[in-house]
Amino acid sequence: MVDPFVPQPYRVGRVRRELRDVMTLELVPLAGERPDFQPGQFNMLYAFGIGEVAISLSGDPAAGGSYVHTVRDVGAVSGAIARLEAGAMLGVRGPFGTAWPTGPAAGSDVVFVAGGLGLAPLRPAIYQVLAQRGRYGRVVLLYGTRNPPDILFRHEMERWRRRLDVDILVTVDHADTSWRGNVGVVPRLIARAGFDPHHTVAMVCGPEVMMRFTASALTAVGLPTDRIYLSMERNMKCAIGLCGHCQFGPDFICKDGPVMRYDRIVDILAVREI
Amino acid sequence: MEGLERIVLAHPFFAGLEAELGEVISGCARNHRFEPGHYLGHEGEPANEFFLIRHGKVALEITPPGQPEIVFATESEGGIVGASWLIPPYRWRFDARAVELTRAIGIDAKCLRDKCEADHNLGYAMMKRFLPVLMQQLDETRLQILDVYGKHGK
Repeated sequence: MVDPFVPQPYRVGRVRRELRDVMTLELVPLAGERPDFQPGQFNMLYAFGIGEVAISLSGDPAAGGSYVHTVRDVGAVSGAIARLEAGAMLGVRGPFGTAWPTGPAAGSDVVFVAGGLGLAPLRPAIYQVLAQRGRYGRVVLLYGTRNPPDILFRHEMERWRRRLDVDILVTVDHADTSWRGNVGVVPRLIARAGFDPHHTVAMVCGPEVMMRFTASALTAVGLPTDRIYLSMERNMKCAIGLCGHCQFGPDFICKDGPVMRYDRIVDILAVREI
Repeated sequence: MEGLERIVLAHPFFAGLEAELGEVISGCARNHRFEPGHYLGHEGEPANEFFLIRHGKVALEITPPGQPEIVFATESEGGIVGASWLIPPYRWRFDARAVELTRAIGIDAKCLRDKCEADHNLGYAMMKRFLPVLMQQLDETRLQILDVYGKHGK
């Protein structure tokens, strides 16, 4: 059994620039097969000599061979990883954490709500749902971001939209007059999505404030709190529930999350000290 | 006018409104059609009407000095545009431009204000409908100014 504290060596395969400061990297194990993962889980990526950071998996769980991570340059470690080129080495621990409820959602409508880079951790769940499209009712993706140039996975969303069995609404916080799409925050799209709230599972990922507003908007249209799932983020260190850095009330985000059911966390979500 | 009254009452903003009040409000209403690029209102101009959007899309814009226009919201079918008619000095606080062909019902502001003054039940009914919209816009504005998707937004 692999020691969860020991990073395994991976080589950077293909690198794709998504946005000005966002890169998607394929990571190939130096030896053997990469472990399986579930949508919503994360790996600890180790930039040698710099540090380790938790990054959600953003690729297709069914596609073997490599891990796919979408990384934004926001700090020393994530910046070092985002700047890695094909052939570079890094360490990987994982996968860790809880998964999006794609299995239990079968038979229901599924609403994905993503904000900014939050589309990346949802993408494996979207792949999985679309791969078994017949098991679900309506599938809706609501995506919001800062402005039109910051739309993540734009070509992929255009491809999903062409399938005609996925409803996709996109909005941006602000735009210039050349933009003909929606402007406004992503919770605003919920009322327009037109799903049946009593037969829907919602999966929400984005900045925590955006998720709070979104969960509130989902409950306002009648979605029960136990059918809403959020992907939480805290300062993950050990990733196996030992060190306590990511404590969130009675839970550790690394092992009890990152995907958490809203009814379990609604009372502490807005508590500043937590 | 009966047709207009039906359209007004069918608009989500007036969902569940008593038919009597709907008839009173419809007395201040008229149909509009805005071609793409046409303006429903300009910042600083008298807010003589507010609009119930039936079809199309309207961009709400502000123009910072020396810079291009910034679209900070869009309204589409089922939305309303304009609340400045409620509050003195009754002037538009932004530009409202039709992004695509837009059909709307315009409610004459002075007509409705006078009716609200004369019948406080109507005034209260209008306030109960506008306040949630204004609160929602306030929430949305808070979320926008937090710039949660910015590099340091989290």
